[in-house]
Amino acid sequence: MADTASRTEKPAEEATSGKVSALGRTLLDGFLRRREASVLLVAIGLMLYFRASTDAFLSRDNIVNIAQATAPTAIVAVGIVLLLVSGEIDLSVGIVAAFAPFLLHFAIDFYSVPVLLAFPLAIALAACIGLINGLIVTKLHVPSFVVTLGTFFAIQGLLLITSHAYPVPIPEEMKGRFQTWIGAGPWASITWALIIVAIFHVVLTRMRWGLHTISVGGNPVGATEAGIRASRIKIGNFMITSALGGLVGIMEAARINTIDPNIGGGTTLTFYAISAAVIGGTALAGGSGTIIGAFLGALVLAELQNGFNLIGYSANTIYLILGLAILVSMIANQYLSRLRRAGRT
Amino acid sequence: MTTPGLTTPALRVAGIAKRFGALTALREINLEVGKGEVLGLIGDNGAGKSTLIKIICGYHRPDAGQIFVNGDEVVLRSVDHARSLGIDTVYQDLALVNELSVYHNMFLNRELVRWPLLSNRTMRRRAEEHLKDMGVDLPDVTVEVAKLSGGQRQAIAVARSVYSDAKVLLLDEPLAAMGAKEGTMILDLIRDLKERGEVSVIIIAHNYAQVLDVCDRVNLLQHGEITFDKRSRDTSLEELTELVVAEYRGGRRRRHK
Repeated sequence: MADTASRTEKPAEEATSGKVSALGRTLLDGFLRRREASVLLVAIGLMLYFRASTDAFLSRDNIVNIAQATAPTAIVAVGIVLLLVSGEIDLSVGIVAAFAPFLLHFAIDFYSVPVLLAFPLAIALAACIGLINGLIVTKLHVPSFVVTLGTFFAIQGLLLITSHAYPVPIPEEMKGRFQTWIGAGPWASITWALIIVAIFHVVLTRMRWGLHTISVGGNPVGATEAGIRASRIKIGNFMITSALGGLVGIMEAARINTIDPNIGGGTTLTFYAISAAVIGGTALAGGSGTIIGAFLGALVLAELQNGFNLIGYSANTIYLILGLAILVSMIANQYLSRLRRAGRT
Repeated sequence: MTTPGLTTPALRVAGIAKRFGALTALREINLEVGKGEVLGLIGDNGAGKSTLIKIICGYHRPDAGQIFVNGDEVVLRSVDHARSLGIDTVYQDLALVNELSVYHNMFLNRELVRWPLLSNRTMRRRAEEHLKDMGVDLPDVTVEVAKLSGGQRQAIAVARSVYSDAKVLLLDEPLAAMGAKEGTMILDLIRDLKERGEVSVIIIAHNYAQVLDVCDRVNLLQHGEITFDKRSRDTSLEELTELVVAEYRGGRRRRHK
């Protein structure tokens, strides 16, 4: 009851306080409300810091480096955000990324499928892995953490068996314009990333699919009561994530000119994407998240790795710093969201 | 059991029984609520109120008995089916998605879309109009539901059900865990519904004073049966209290034999 009273008295209090403090509060409010704002500040701060440390940081070549490091993480993080918001996770997406270019290679080199057909085919097969993940999670009621851990190892096995654990060059038919457009061009991958981020930002915030994704993660019982088919939403998000993983794998293969079962995917990509989502302000508990935040999170991770590299820190130190950065930003996120909840009516 | 009115009741249940294994939850329930009527359902914990509500909202199937909606017999297959017939349950905390705005909650799964985008502006305007129309006072419908009080959330949930053309509203303890001010707000909302006369309401409540205050009629559920059915103006707080206390004493006596 005391709580009720204080809530209802607040507007009166606000009216009496000065205009300036009200404006200040509104601005601060708006800032706290936008989860992306804090990570944007971090991204800009890092940029300034590394720029001050070394001139090379903002050279054209290095900006391309950062862009190419940001894009894969950001694209996969888009899917991860959708999944986290709907209350699930996907640990297998990185290995799907490693597998997809092999699917492309098999289709082109063994079955003579034309590139422009093999590419959507590989993406569709990647999406099928998401379908399997989603079906097991929603129909058999196994937690997605465990399911995707299982599919991760299963696909890794499949990948190593079919590829004999050896890298192969990308198919000849893929070279040329397709290779440039899909990932080899200096700005190709970041352009794809920006397009995908923009599309799914709209999907999450302005479309029914996004609203239902939030509902399913925020209040599964209430969403189902309202007639939303939760399994359909979740399966869809698993498929989107896997398809994006597949796309990233093919992009990376085009960029490095090789299809390598041991790099370009696996756990690193998955963990980077989850980190980017979390740094960007997506809650692991479900119900809220931001795709732009995840993109900025991916940018922050790329800046950290690239910047420390330029300064001359060893790769080992970078992991330590990365880990601490993730911990700090997660703790800050928790604290900020508690502030957001408690601060206003 | 009640004096038959001139119009068919919006909802009537006859001879409803439900057993869970060896436990008989409902013996033989006869109950009806007229169009625009507000019925209070009281009774001790374990009397079977929740089971009855769950049968009426389509969650449980009764072992025996019939359900009539506007005079037509129906077999409720699911909660969705009951809802399509206009029977809607409002649970205090389950109904709304905290992370969404008030107006998105009002339109949950019935969103207005101008493909591919949501028609947020239209939904916002209609939600504002509807809430205002129902006398629900909210400063801003764009605010996240998480930031609202329990009473406001309850009011939004009720308003949403009414907006979705519910004809019979089941309110399971709408006043539980709510302050005096909040409770008054909900009671006002129910009174408002009563005045419109379009929606019938069944309220489960423990506060007999509030039940008498807002309900047209009171039914007492004891040991799986309706043992008391009177208009609110024909009974009193004393009588209701006495009935329940007598049951308690009787129960003690039985146990001590």
